[in-house]
Amino acid sequence: MAKKGTKSKPQLPPLAPAGKKGSKAAPPPKAAKRVPKKQMLLESSDDSDTEQPQQLQEEDSDIDVPSDSDAEELSGSDAEAEGGSSSGEEVEEDEDEGDDESDDDSLADDFLADSDEGSGNLLRSLVGFTEGGDSGLDSDDSDDLEAKSRAIDERQQKAEDDAEEELKTNIRSESDEFKLPTAEELEEEAHLPPNLPNLKRRISEIVRVLSNFNKLRQKDVPRKDYVNQLKTDIMSYYGYNDFLIETLIEMFPAVELVEVLEAFEKRPPECLRTNTLKTRRRDLAAALIPRGFNLDPIGKWSKVGLVVYDSTISAGATTEYMAGHYMKQGASSFLPVMALAPQEKERIVDMAAAPGGKTTYIGALMKNTGIIYANEFNEKRLHGLLGNIHRMGVTNTIVCNYDGKELPKVLGMNSVDRVLLDAPCTGTGTIWKDPQIKTSKDIEDIRNCAFVQKQLLLAAIDLVDANSKTGGYVVYSTCSIMIPENEAVIDYALKKRNVKLVPCGLDFGRPGFIRYREHRFHTSLDKTRRFYPHVNNMDGFFVAKLKKLSNTIPVTSESTKASEGAAEMADSSEDDEDKKTVNDEREKGVPDKEEKAVQMKNRKETKKTNKGANITKESKHVPDRPAKHIKNHKKDALETDGPESTEPYVDGKEVHREETKQTGQKKKSTSDRTKKFGPKSTLGLKEKKPVSDTKRKRKWQFKLRRDWEAEKKSDKRRKV
Amino acid sequence: MRPLDEKETTQVFEKLFKFTGPNLKHLLERPAVEGPDPEPGRYCLRLHRNRVYYASEALVRRATAVARPCLAAVGTPIGKFTHHGSFHLTVHALDLLAAHARRRVWLKPDTERSFLFGNSVPKSSLARITENTKAGDGVVVMSMADVPLGFGIAARSAQDCRKADTNAVVVLHQADAGEYLRKEEELM
Repeated sequence: MAKKGTKSKPQLPPLAPAGKKGSKAAPPPKAAKRVPKKQMLLESSDDSDTEQPQQLQEEDSDIDVPSDSDAEELSGSDAEAEGGSSSGEEVEEDEDEGDDESDDDSLADDFLADSDEGSGNLLRSLVGFTEGGDSGLDSDDSDDLEAKSRAIDERQQKAEDDAEEELKTNIRSESDEFKLPTAEELEEEAHLPPNLPNLKRRISEIVRVLSNFNKLRQKDVPRKDYVNQLKTDIMSYYGYNDFLIETLIEMFPAVELVEVLEAFEKRPPECLRTNTLKTRRRDLAAALIPRGFNLDPIGKWSKVGLVVYDSTISAGATTEYMAGHYMKQGASSFLPVMALAPQEKERIVDMAAAPGGKTTYIGALMKNTGIIYANEFNEKRLHGLLGNIHRMGVTNTIVCNYDGKELPKVLGMNSVDRVLLDAPCTGTGTIWKDPQIKTSKDIEDIRNCAFVQKQLLLAAIDLVDANSKTGGYVVYSTCSIMIPENEAVIDYALKKRNVKLVPCGLDFGRPGFIRYREHRFHTSLDKTRRFYPHVNNMDGFFVAKLKKLSNTIPVTSESTKASEGAAEMADSSEDDEDKKTVNDEREKGVPDKEEKAVQMKNRKETKKTNKGANITKESKHVPDRPAKHIKNHKKDALETDGPESTEPYVDGKEVHREETKQTGQKKKSTSDRTKKFGPKSTLGLKEKKPVSDTKRKRKWQFKLRRDWEAEKKSDKRRKV
Repeated sequence: MRPLDEKETTQVFEKLFKFTGPNLKHLLERPAVEGPDPEPGRYCLRLHRNRVYYASEALVRRATAVARPCLAAVGTPIGKFTHHGSFHLTVHALDLLAAHARRRVWLKPDTERSFLFGNSVPKSSLARITENTKAGDGVVVMSMADVPLGFGIAARSAQDCRKADTNAVVVLHQADAGEYLRKEEELM
């Protein structure tokens, strides 16, 4: 039917129905039927009853008289049909009246017309309303054409006016100022089951207000009220507990907060990592796609990752999986291993290895050379770890079951090249995998986790050998977004050990927090990386890469003093292995420096045994030294006061020498520091002295020293 | 963790010999890849808690630092000694065997699943078999894409396979890759 074809048009202008309905001269039978129904539904007034018999009469007359304007009728019937869609329920009522044919047609038409827009229907129904009143008046088609056209115009005008009014009312209701629900309203709500759409609407309204607070707020309503209402709404809508919501609100601005929450509601994307020991990504994709997998490379940042959009069979059930060609792994789990960048023939420790995704990735990167100590504390997770390691064909592992804190004792301090610590955490970044976290985590959990993480990180740092030729790195990562578990732990490690942060090598992700509420972290913490589900489409994650500067453990826990002392000790420990006579000078210098630090702070107990041990290791003779500038006599004065008493061999001459050596060494150490680690390094701490002049001097000092050392070396070689 | 004694070594070698034949020497005498030393030495077998591990000497040396109750695995496990002292190869040896075995059997694509569920291989699943297989030889079962699926013992020689019935068992199942999913506890 041609009519049906045209019905697909979204909205016929109100003209047509108005015109058609107005011209009762030859309304098609269906049209006549539909009008009364509309009236019945919309009006529910007495008019419909009076009009119906009239219309019926008209119908009969219409059937007898074929109209002149057939084309008009056709279009009119279309309009009628569309108008009739609003009265879809009225289809049954069709049956009450006249023709069977028209009944069938009207039923069919109604179904088709149902797809049309409701607003058009609304208009048309309004029109039908108004027309209904008029329909009784016009009787003849062949009558006054002018009158007809006037009527048409009037109707059209009315329809437009009504439409405009409606629009206005709609706009007005939307631009109404958002008001916080009053206490009574809240009480009412509390009694009813939660009205989710309402909550959602309120949440988005409050977020809108908060993001433009000065303009959109209610008068005299403090921000706190809005935030509290937001909290309660989020808690009931998304299902979080109080603590988590508080922390999330503190961490994210309002708009981003909603993004985060929405992201956590979604399903996490499923990712695979190709096992490069057995296959290539290309070949794996070629093997999986015929099995019904819809795959894509995971992104530019990885050459081994694949993301699975959907699959006919589970990714864990394919032959390739059983043969160890790939591993099911979250995208975020690639990151710490990429940051670690293990090289071939290195010694690596993975302190919390289960279930083994990262360990096997390390093994693949190392091509089965070197050695990986895969440690897992939890016995129950060991078999999963073992299964994965052996399935993937990683052969260079030693799997053990220790508490991570004990590993330095077992494997030896300063014994490995790199350590990966994917620390046990509260897992707040993986809420979309485990929604139970929303309600089960509390401040106590975070504190406990942070405590364990700090201990583990210190153990990891102790395991690493700072003097390793290729390594000396620790990568710390968690699948949590909480600051006490991430930045705070790294900050603690920076204070307690001679380490510094280095860039992770990941060019995406947000830098970590340097300051957060009342906390102030080390400025280098912006080298850490944070990942979020709403930004990166992976688990909430945190990655930090530390480089160990020296194997000695600082005595003081003051960050500034430790760093200065660290620089000194860094030099001393490096030369330790050379066993040069220069060392003892350094050693002497070191305790002096520390003493000074201690004196300055007047707080810590100096651990003389430590220093004593250091000193006694080295040989005691003092070599010749080129003349050096003696700077900062004030400092020397401070230094020499203390150490004189503790130094085992105090000699007038030696004291003087010590002074020079100290200062020289100090200068050397600082210049060394700047030379080795770049102008901006030294753990991000500022030098107290002005830079330019002294820097030049130091460089000269360093050059002198280097020449002297080179001389010494060549001498030694000649002797040997 | 201790080296194997005479009896145990013979048992292990016997089982391996079925698969590798004279290649067995090569298995133990090839230069090792693992280990952080520039020359990690050769491979050796060690016994730890009734399981036999195949690892390079460098690895083994370092594993001595780990306490016995805490050590879970070194290198690759190849098999275990049962309670009464017989030795069985486990699926973890698959990679090793696949690299060194002489006889292989290829399965038709649709029939891989059956083998991976632990069933023996009937003639109908057989696509190819190494020419001079004898009955009782160890064979590695591969898929048509040359992916090792498992291993077993040939029930018939290659010639007999041709004459055999479609449902006759050709390879007796010993281990398959599906065990990684089915028997997760197997390594503990």
